[in-house]
Amino acid sequence: MRIAATLENRPAAMLALVFLAMLHGAVVLAGFLAPYPFAEQHRESPFAPPTRIHFFDAAGHFHPRPLVYGPEGSQTYPIELFVHGRLFGVQEPGVLFLLGSDGFGRDVFSRLLYGGQVSLLTGLAAAFLSLGLGWVLGTAAGFYGGWLDRLLMRSGELFLVLPWLYLLLAVRGFLPLHITALQAFLLLIVVIGAIGWVRPARLVRGVVLSGKERPFVLAAQGFGATDAYLMRRHILPLTAGVILTQATVLIPQYILAEVTLSFLGLGVGEPVPSWGNMLSEARQYYTLVSHPWMLTPGLAAIPVLLAYLVLADALLPDQRYRYP
Amino acid sequence: MKYLIRRLADSLLLLAALSVVSFVFAQLAPGDYFSELGTDPRFSTETVAALRAQAGLDRPLPVRYAKWVRSCIRGDLGYSLAYNSPVAPLLWQRIPATLLLTATATFLAWLLAVPIGIWNATVRGTWGDRVSQLIWAVLLTIPELVLAIVLLVLAAESGWFPAGGMRSAGFSAMDRWAQARDLAWHLALPAAVLVLGMLPVLVRHVRASMLDAIDSPFALSARAHGIPRGRLLFRHLLPAAMNPLVSLLGFSLGTLLSASLLVEVVMGWPGLGPLFLEAVAARDFALVLAVVMFSATFLVAANLAADLLLYRLDPRIRTE
Repeated sequence: MRIAATLENRPAAMLALVFLAMLHGAVVLAGFLAPYPFAEQHRESPFAPPTRIHFFDAAGHFHPRPLVYGPEGSQTYPIELFVHGRLFGVQEPGVLFLLGSDGFGRDVFSRLLYGGQVSLLTGLAAAFLSLGLGWVLGTAAGFYGGWLDRLLMRSGELFLVLPWLYLLLAVRGFLPLHITALQAFLLLIVVIGAIGWVRPARLVRGVVLSGKERPFVLAAQGFGATDAYLMRRHILPLTAGVILTQATVLIPQYILAEVTLSFLGLGVGEPVPSWGNMLSEARQYYTLVSHPWMLTPGLAAIPVLLAYLVLADALLPDQRYRYP
Repeated sequence: MKYLIRRLADSLLLLAALSVVSFVFAQLAPGDYFSELGTDPRFSTETVAALRAQAGLDRPLPVRYAKWVRSCIRGDLGYSLAYNSPVAPLLWQRIPATLLLTATATFLAWLLAVPIGIWNATVRGTWGDRVSQLIWAVLLTIPELVLAIVLLVLAAESGWFPAGGMRSAGFSAMDRWAQARDLAWHLALPAAVLVLGMLPVLVRHVRASMLDAIDSPFALSARAHGIPRGRLLFRHLLPAAMNPLVSLLGFSLGTLLSASLLVEVVMGWPGLGPLFLEAVAARDFALVLAVVMFSATFLVAANLAADLLLYRLDPRIRTE
């Protein structure tokens, strides 16, 4: 409840929340909102620039329904709603590339939406996994203490002693490379999520350690409450705040991790798009010089990260407790 | 002193544990350097098995670990199957480039971050503060990857900076001065990416930490005593705000190394990053392990150094 109140007083945070909700909605509905399937190739128009949308045709007539010019130049195609089971599109052979096309003539806008499914979902799922692991292990370490605490915290140090990208690459590198896109996607979630449990676990442990000495917890214990009851009723609510703020920190980090891994060729492979593997096409600088729209998957990540940053700032004004 | 010895022992133990865990993990992981060959029809299963035996990969884990430890004591750090050579020379070739890049970036970033952060703290609540907060927030969210790609394109287009690499052709023929200039010219872009990536984080921390110091009672009393502003900020408040910043210096190196890996790969800087990526893709375990151990050692050493520095700088810690 405190959290809801925090957000209400912060218009920027509300805005960020709404933006994220809309973006996730758009990405989930990619199959409907995107004009083309992600793998559909238009070999006749590779690296096509963003399609110009006209309200006036060459003769100067106004069209209330916007139109685009076809590949042969003179023929016009109106943008139609609800075609081929999608929200909008144009009839063949006209093409509608809102953000241009890539080297295979695939629509970058459509791939951006579908790629968002991979990138954003990886961030969410991996953060969920990390927080779940961190919460369970952190609570166990803090609540039971003793050898379990020492074991968990010392083994946690092993994860912190490496720079995160080195750790990520080393772990990913020893897992199979030639796998289907779905397997790669699941593998990414597990790898990114599993190696990130230490920070949330340490924070949760701290909260639990101080929480179990609180008078009302001691009182409940004195009345003979079981460990399970104590954890569910008293300890879990105490840790909720930490978990939530950690989520706003971890999710963007993990989205970036997916983008980075896919960019380096260790993530989801072609033809399934993710923001990372789309960006790797823009890696040759001559590609980007003449086709600047190929950078859009990289730019798409920026507002997402900014929104999460605003949320994190609202939930935890002092950023010193967040870094690294 | 006792503290130092305990910390050193702890670090060594941690590194040893890391190497054991790496070996166990590589053992559990499916596939090794030769598994790519196994899919090639020109190599029979027996050949692959023979190659594997020759490389000693069929030996039990403890035997291989002991062999690796002996190799480390000799200074070889293991044997790279992909390069067919001991790992150490490969590593020594690349480490100076990475260290040069990260050290330059760290130095420049802190040089800029401290005055900017102090300024931001002193103008708290004004429009200047709000605008700069916004700028830092936006800059914080631009991934280093995107920054590196964009700067590389701009460099290639404008021709002001080289499009990647570390040295121009004919580097060895230049005299000392020209060599240094050439190196700095190549260093500018990758270092700029790292500095821009680090700066927002550092500035926000310096600002927050300075704000704490400014709000503290001793600052008020110092001001009431009429101590001039510049002296107050740099002689009284900065040392007090230093504590979390020094620990950050140690911590931020981990992030910096990761960012540096990406920048090196994108910009063709011949550091550890590209070597590591190749080793990972080729499953060259010895090389991967060596880079992992190096970066871990680097990080542990940096954190230890930061803690010792803290111990020197902050009398509050010494009395504990």
